[in-house]
Amino acid sequence: MCLAIPARIVSEPNEIEMAEVDILGVKRHVSLMMTPDAKLGDHVLVHAGFAIQVVDEEFAAESLEMLGRMGIKHADELDAELDGSDEAAEVPAS
Amino acid sequence: MNDILAGFRDPEVARHLVDEIHRIAVEPCTLMEVCGTHTMAIAKHGLRGVMPETIKLLSGPGCPVCVTANPDIDLAIEIARQPGVVLTTFGDMMKVPGSYSSLSAEKAEGRDVRVVYSPLDSLAIAEREPDKQVVFLGVGFETTAPTVALTIREAARRKLSNWSALSLHKTVPGALEVLVNDPEVRVTGFILPGHVSTIIGTAPYEFLAREYGVPGVITGFEPVDVLQGVWMLAQQLAEGRAEIEIAYGRGVHAEGNPSAVAAIEASFVPCDAEWRGIGVIPGTGLALRPEFAGYDARARIPVTVPEPREIKGCQCGDVLRGVVLPFDCKLFGRACTPEHPVGPCMVSSEGSCAAYYRYTDYGKD
Repeated sequence: MCLAIPARIVSEPNEIEMAEVDILGVKRHVSLMMTPDAKLGDHVLVHAGFAIQVVDEEFAAESLEMLGRMGIKHADELDAELDGSDEAAEVPAS
Repeated sequence: MNDILAGFRDPEVARHLVDEIHRIAVEPCTLMEVCGTHTMAIAKHGLRGVMPETIKLLSGPGCPVCVTANPDIDLAIEIARQPGVVLTTFGDMMKVPGSYSSLSAEKAEGRDVRVVYSPLDSLAIAEREPDKQVVFLGVGFETTAPTVALTIREAARRKLSNWSALSLHKTVPGALEVLVNDPEVRVTGFILPGHVSTIIGTAPYEFLAREYGVPGVITGFEPVDVLQGVWMLAQQLAEGRAEIEIAYGRGVHAEGNPSAVAAIEASFVPCDAEWRGIGVIPGTGLALRPEFAGYDARARIPVTVPEPREIKGCQCGDVLRGVVLPFDCKLFGRACTPEHPVGPCMVSSEGSCAAYYRYTDYGKD
């Protein structure tokens, strides 16, 4: 019920703050009343015909990078364990 | 954007998170998710099955349709039965059983009940059909409440005289406070709802950490998001911390969405609300402000509602509090299935029982 779908704004908002968005290839009009800072080209989370937040894509990319690094770190630890070396002890704790 | 979403579904990243969770979750803990979309995500991606034995994942009262109490559903049905009324609502509400009927049964009987995608669509119906009384049945937590709040404002701006709203909206934090005080429910950490928090931010949950020492992590809905939320909770528990953190920063800011909160406050005032399985929780409902009384369906279309009754044998109430698992209910999978649902948790696509039934192999673990 509280599902919100990411969509890209593809038109300038009209006089009643309605704009066209592209939701996975489907076009529909949503209200930008709750996201006054949203601009053409931004991704927004859409719920019940309203944009409820602008998606912070930069943040998303950074958190993926962080999680990815964690995976690399983890793989290094495993390698170290398998090698029987004590390099793992030098890896800083997350 | 699709690349980013793909990243949050990456099996490699998910595997590393699962490994990390296994490594740090040494002490037994019970984590409760309070969002129906999390319930479905956890079941769909089989996340219960990859948790270490120390972590028990419980579903709480996170499905707005499921926590709607029988007297409120009965009220909506009585309104739909009035001549000249068009009752509009979200699709999720249609099959939910009240004491004696459901909206979809009423529609089959010839009442004018229509599913809309957005509350704004019901305004368009009211404009197109001026001889009808169009009612929008608003159900949902803080994610949905501002959409209805703004629709009420828009109805007033357009001076519509044949549109009104029946608000059954509820707010989440008060229900969490009841759960942490319930001796039958022992939650050590909350997987907090992503899109409710998009609106309200972190502040309304702070009391959980501060007063009860229970940590919470606001979590997104892709498999990696959910695992990251569990991982951050496991870290807090391992380090003896209790804080409200965000694992879904791409959609949630600590301050929430101030425009949306302002919209809720401009159209609604807090009122007491009855939650199925929990009872009346003071201040967790949203009633229309007195200045919008003309748009309140309760005043516009007065009806007499029959004495409510509960469904015999249905344990939805206990499932919603996390006291029993869907499998523990005697009706589950026998008298109560998605094809022939008895209780709301089996009806709603986000209900715990529906999630367990659909993904049985995972749920049984």
